[in-house]
Amino acid sequence: MNEPLKETKIGLSRRAMAKRAAQDLPDGAYVNLGIGIPELIAEFIPSGREVIFHSENGVLGFTSVPSGGAMDRDLINAGKKPIATLPGASFFHHADSFSMIRGGHIDFCFLGAMQVASNGDLANWSTGATDAVPAIGGAMDLVAGARTIVVLTEHVTSKNEHKLLHRCTYPLTGISAVSRVITNFGVFDIENGHFVMREIASGLDIEFVRSNTTTDLKIDPSLVVMTNLD
Amino acid sequence: MINKITESAAEAVKDIPNGATILISGFGEAGSPTDLIHALIDLDVKDLVVVNNNAGNGHIGLAALIEHKRVRKVICSFPRSTNSEVFNEAYRNHQIELEVVPQGTLAERLRSAGAGIPAFYTPAGVGTVIAENRETRKFRAKTYVLEEALPGDFALVKAARADRYGNLVYNKTARNFGPIMCAAARTTIVQVTQVVDVGMIDPETVVTPGIFVNRVVQISNPAHESDLIASGAIYP
Repeated sequence: MNEPLKETKIGLSRRAMAKRAAQDLPDGAYVNLGIGIPELIAEFIPSGREVIFHSENGVLGFTSVPSGGAMDRDLINAGKKPIATLPGASFFHHADSFSMIRGGHIDFCFLGAMQVASNGDLANWSTGATDAVPAIGGAMDLVAGARTIVVLTEHVTSKNEHKLLHRCTYPLTGISAVSRVITNFGVFDIENGHFVMREIASGLDIEFVRSNTTTDLKIDPSLVVMTNLD
Repeated sequence: MINKITESAAEAVKDIPNGATILISGFGEAGSPTDLIHALIDLDVKDLVVVNNNAGNGHIGLAALIEHKRVRKVICSFPRSTNSEVFNEAYRNHQIELEVVPQGTLAERLRSAGAGIPAFYTPAGVGTVIAENRETRKFRAKTYVLEEALPGDFALVKAARADRYGNLVYNKTARNFGPIMCAAARTTIVQVTQVVDVGMIDPETVVTPGIFVNRVVQISNPAHESDLIASGAIYP
């Protein structure tokens, strides 16, 4: 990665979140990674599984270029960072790239969030502030078209505002789209209009997670304490 | 004899009028026809509508076109970036209109324009501000929003290689919006690093067939946005 990500203050590190997310990917999956924490997932694909990464700007089958590595300014990902192709890679134009997305050919999309709601709604492009320059990018197409949408985000903002809510208050990116949320506090599935906590970061307790979540939180009876991620 | 090779960038863009809608290829720096944009700045036309994925960086290329107040409106998916101060300032001062479009919708609106399809339904943006006051329709119990084709008067595109028929080959992810913009504009102008003889591009590897291209300019050493921005360049 080109720039180090700010580290979390509590619970899982950003790398641990990415490592946990990577475990959900089956062999043969076609995967789109959003900017930020999701980009780290590529480093943690479990051995023995072959996963092909897609980028909106027209490439399948690439890996990131380590900082200081040889760069090609015509070979970048959607975050405009340099990448390198892997054997079996392909290039295509933007309309084909989004046919892959809307056509349901992308199995998993991992992306960040400003807010995510218990009905699966996602807000990740604008706070709605009037002087802000709006920027959508490919997120609306991805959440409308990729088969499984997983959000990777810190559980609360740097100002301790909650991100897991009953309903989003910021402008939406998509509706009823998100099926799983992985935060530094744990793993949450969205089922029948509720967040269901499946896994909890080691060292945190359920009441602490609840007090940082602005919606009813259901707890999986076989809640797992997350280990072996660092 | 068909010969789409044009002598210079200035010659290639000289009939672009005030108020034209111009499709400009590129995703950030990759595929940006910076030399053609600079020729357009030299031309001194105004009230342009520009379609690009972004809204320019630094003080060169599309950002310079905006800075010199030639652009009335930008249609793009992602105007914000680390070096997009020129657009940000023009937008905050209400000196420029912005139509922000989901990236896949932008691509499909261009593809449709080139394919003779006036409008289409897409799932992207349903339930968001994008779909407000727009026609929606259910197909197989799922809601879609109607989006219209986005044709251009001119397209400015960067490719790697061309022949005099206008057949094009691109370089890696610099392809991005190029092929669909070539087809979507009435007049398509392409800058390439290399012009080769007809027959030298294997028909199996032609990405944009020459039917979608009107003019080709060879720019052997194209301007590189990141180098120009790093050196603090300001155009002109």
